[in-house]
Amino acid sequence: MEVRVVNVRKEFERFPALHDVSLDIKSGELIALLGPSGSGKTTLLRLIAGLERPTKGAIFFGEEDASQKSIQERNVGFVFQHYALFRHMTVADNIGFGLKVRHGAARPRAQEIRRRALELLDLVQLSGLEKRYPAQLSGGQRQRVALARAMAIEPKVLLLDEPFGALDAQVRRELRRWLREIHDRTGHTTVFVTHDQEEALELADRVVVMSQGRIEQVGTADDIYDTPNSPFVYSFIGESSSLPVKIENGEVWIADRPIGLQAPHAPPGEAVLHFRPHDVDLLDGCSGCIAGTVAASRRVAGTRRVELEIGGERQRVEIELPVDHPAAQKSRVAFRPRRWKLFPTA
Amino acid sequence: MTTAPAHAGWRFRQPSVIPGFGLTLGFSLAYLTLIILIPLSGLIWRSAALGWTDFWALATDRRTLKALEISFGTAFIAAAVNVVFGTLVAWVLVRYRFPGRRVVDAMVDLPFALPTAVAGIALTTLYAPTGWLGKLLMPLGLKVAYTPLGIIVALVFIGLPFVVRTVQPIMEELDKEVEEAAATLGASRFQIITRVLLPSLAPAIVTGFSLAFARGVGEYGSVIFIAGNLPYKSEIAPLLIVIRLEEYNYPAATAIAAIMLALSFAMLLVINLVQTWSRKRYG
Repeated sequence: MEVRVVNVRKEFERFPALHDVSLDIKSGELIALLGPSGSGKTTLLRLIAGLERPTKGAIFFGEEDASQKSIQERNVGFVFQHYALFRHMTVADNIGFGLKVRHGAARPRAQEIRRRALELLDLVQLSGLEKRYPAQLSGGQRQRVALARAMAIEPKVLLLDEPFGALDAQVRRELRRWLREIHDRTGHTTVFVTHDQEEALELADRVVVMSQGRIEQVGTADDIYDTPNSPFVYSFIGESSSLPVKIENGEVWIADRPIGLQAPHAPPGEAVLHFRPHDVDLLDGCSGCIAGTVAASRRVAGTRRVELEIGGERQRVEIELPVDHPAAQKSRVAFRPRRWKLFPTA
Repeated sequence: MTTAPAHAGWRFRQPSVIPGFGLTLGFSLAYLTLIILIPLSGLIWRSAALGWTDFWALATDRRTLKALEISFGTAFIAAAVNVVFGTLVAWVLVRYRFPGRRVVDAMVDLPFALPTAVAGIALTTLYAPTGWLGKLLMPLGLKVAYTPLGIIVALVFIGLPFVVRTVQPIMEELDKEVEEAAATLGASRFQIITRVLLPSLAPAIVTGFSLAFARGVGEYGSVIFIAGNLPYKSEIAPLLIVIRLEEYNYPAATAIAAIMLALSFAMLLVINLVQTWSRKRYG
């Protein structure tokens, strides 16, 4: 089911949590809402579910205006960070709950509900645990049950609020791969919230980066990583370094020296240069480069990260060096970013 | 979870490394023996001195049986009433914010603090055929004071805080997300209450019930004023014990007390077992 969020605004007691947000989600897509806490990502998810009502704007499921419908009528599957399982019910009863509470002809027979529950339990790879209670399951298992419970009602959209947030790293990675598999097999339109960029970039078809109640950028992992469209996205996704620079005559200057980067279209004046620490060329001599003194150095997996102090104002930037590079404390290193982007000074 | 193997049966679970197990267990046992066990075994001792046939005759005396029936019956009904309305009161206090909530919250505890005789006299004045409420109920054919109904009214008053105060904290801990989950799955408000909320409150409600019930069985002060104390009609077992004492009929008094003790203990034990069982399941 296609989901369209149209000019939605949400205020909590006059405090705006979302400003005029619009988003189109294609049918069958796996979308991640990514942002720091307080960015409004969970609010957006809860609005789609109907757990909150928008102050302004509308949410469409297909052609239907879902914002006029109650939570019960919306038919969404929602998975909570802390599972929210029914403690007093067995795993099978938890999964069958959504079918059991239906009325009249819509309610399948008890046998059918049980069959569905076992089938879903099989899908989430927990066969044989149907008689257990939630208290007898591990965190990862509970979250699988929660997902099976949400899928039992054949939801139009599957919404997951930081589904792996409460689990340890190992289980997270496992469940991440597994969720992707389930999505590919069942094809539910799925939206999940996360603050873990690795999770978002790895798992989602498209990532929605949010900050302070606004959508900053929507795109595939490649779009977001390679062509960030704002300083926020640049610094939030992946590693990044930034330096205040000046634009003159279509060239980028630091203090009184051009650094060999051409910016013919940038307006002259102050700007901020962003680049990735690993995306730099090391230079020997320095005519047109950024040069700095090594202030700190640490080993990160297969590379070495060094912090450089640049110029008289001692701006610090990070770059990556090969492990065997001879740079030591206080030695000078010259480099030029291979890929970079300028943003106007905020 | 326990680490002891399943076949361990009756064995001490390995206490934690923090010292004090021996001391605290020893103290608890000594304290319970001194405060509860010795007085109660004195009771058993005295009634055992009666001999089986005498005991049986006293126990099956029609007046005794009737008094026990009234005591346990009214306490049961009152506890049941309290379960319904106490849970409702707890719900209102937990879920809604309204002016005066703190005052209402404090009012719930009043039956704890008030001397029970005062409560009994106040209720009698209200419900007597000439009292404010009694006057209004009389034309409807409802006689409250000096009937078993009056006993129930007094016991409801006495037992209310037990239910409210046991259910309230558990209700406060109910996870809002569980309700939201049920709603997204299509459950109506009514279904959420009956299928999700009440079952998770059940252990607390059972505890509240058993406390209110136990209190009701033993209640004396408030009941004797409103009950009218007619033998075979509105005479409670604790009163009968006092009557026997005043007649210097100690064996009869201890016999009734011993029966009450056995009945109460059996019922509380059953309730406790139900709770252990449910706690094991729901964790």
